[in-house]
Amino acid sequence: MKADPKGVLTGTHFIDGDHACCEGALAAGARFSAGYPITPSTEIVERFAARVPLVGGTFIQMEDELAASITLQGAVWGGAKAFTVTSGPGFSLMMEHIGYAAMTETPCVFVDVQRGGPSTGLPTLPAQADMMQARWGSHGDYEVIALCPNSPQECFDLTIKAFNFAEEFRVPVMFMMDEVVGHMTEKVVIPPADRIEVTPRKHTRKSAEEYLPYGTNGDLVPEMAHAGEGYKFHMTGLTHDERGYPNMTPQTQDKLVRRLQNKIRDAADRIMIAEEEGIGGADVIVVSYGITSRVAQKGIDMARARGLKVGKFRMITCWPFPEKRIRELAEKAKAFVVPELNLGQMVREVERAAGGKARTIAVSHAGGSVHRPEEILNAILEATR
Amino acid sequence: MRLTEIRLAGFGGQGVILSAIVLGKAASIYQGAFATMTQSFGPEARGGACSAQLIVSESQTLYPYVSQPDILVVMSQEAYSKFAPELKDGGMLIVEQDLVHLENINAEVKVYSVPATRLAEDLGKRMVLNIVMVGFFTAVTELLEPDAVRKAVADSVPERFRELNLKAFEKGYEYGIQALSAGPLAGEAEPQMAFSEE
Repeated sequence: MKADPKGVLTGTHFIDGDHACCEGALAAGARFSAGYPITPSTEIVERFAARVPLVGGTFIQMEDELAASITLQGAVWGGAKAFTVTSGPGFSLMMEHIGYAAMTETPCVFVDVQRGGPSTGLPTLPAQADMMQARWGSHGDYEVIALCPNSPQECFDLTIKAFNFAEEFRVPVMFMMDEVVGHMTEKVVIPPADRIEVTPRKHTRKSAEEYLPYGTNGDLVPEMAHAGEGYKFHMTGLTHDERGYPNMTPQTQDKLVRRLQNKIRDAADRIMIAEEEGIGGADVIVVSYGITSRVAQKGIDMARARGLKVGKFRMITCWPFPEKRIRELAEKAKAFVVPELNLGQMVREVERAAGGKARTIAVSHAGGSVHRPEEILNAILEATR
Repeated sequence: MRLTEIRLAGFGGQGVILSAIVLGKAASIYQGAFATMTQSFGPEARGGACSAQLIVSESQTLYPYVSQPDILVVMSQEAYSKFAPELKDGGMLIVEQDLVHLENINAEVKVYSVPATRLAEDLGKRMVLNIVMVGFFTAVTELLEPDAVRKAVADSVPERFRELNLKAFEKGYEYGIQALSAGPLAGEAEPQMAFSEE
């Protein structure tokens, strides 16, 4: 369906990534956020708190991140599209409830504007060191979707995508920004509402008698009914059967947890968004995401100016990891170069998917700034040796 | 428009960030080029030094930070001391005349100076000094189309201050046109200023 024009600030703006993310959420239909603002994500909810009452929604500043991350889920079950925003220290506190959202299949978006860590780290400076936490931070087996924008424009476009994926797959989506992208101001074009596709809630059409809260018909994503609509309603983080009631047997566990995994894995090709350029005939492929992908492009340009055959693979979807494509590329290229603002996270996935067919060279950075393009060039040169 | 790195710096309250937003908006929205602005965040953002980095270019800018600015605009002594050494040889230095005392200046740099605060006070509101500076910048750098910047000024300030800000722009712009025809204060073209510490 098309976006509700009330929430869409159509026009050409010169705004930062945080504000663009807020506008993306509003355009996607988010009408609720609970937050515990933290640098460098504060501007997102600051703007949301000012804007959302005008379109008939609510922002609540909570007492902490635990409260924020569960309150938004209550709003979702009450019928709203909802999200929260945070940065590293808050993201850590939200992990329990990210698992709860995965287990209860609550469609929602967690925005993490990454800053340097561990702990309080570098509040005002960038990192990309929460990438594994986004995937594995909560206990148990579950799948999430994670997207990484590299510009304010993408903060708008991909926030809508994040909400759409959340609704389609009933999964918490991690929107993994970084401080540079969040605080960088560039031109952002917001199209008219009738040119923005939004995915509606997968609401059941069944009667209250027929409806099974966690029953599926082959597509692995159950239909929802909201609290107070007259449907039987039971939610729990315990292992549950199709009625939503606790049923703690190995059989129910196996069926439920495999479905939570497979609803994402089976659709991985559809969820995967990547930007490829100059891949054909490339000896070296630079794999990057977020702000690092822009710096990497500079390194790639410098290498190409020296006559080297270098390809670009930019992950926009980081989770699920594009392992099938990396495996294919490993058959063709000699090496992957993987710059990221951490001491080695997504590079492990690249290495795993490459399976020894191509060398994998990490270009690590502890955060606080971005790479110098020369560092990426040097890694490319090393890879061609 | 070739890729140009700009740093604007001063102290909190001078409207440094807004001046960068106006210039970035002029380039990217009203002139069809690309602009990327970042600002320094940190404890120094409160009352102390404040700085914005702006990169304008014909194509999408990739690297987000300014390393060696082509143009440096400084509105405080502290900002001058901190950032002047970064300026590219052959670059342009624009200073707030009454707030910055020039010392140890690189002879390869073109210097233009404007009493932006005083000109703003002449208009009755000191707070428009940043837009006076934007007008001056537009004239001496010849980087952006004046009309594009006028539009960006008009659409970046509250409506009730629009007229005042447009006047501030013109004031700075006219001062800049005169400064431009007089030539830079220092550097190769016309070394008018004595350098006590050279």
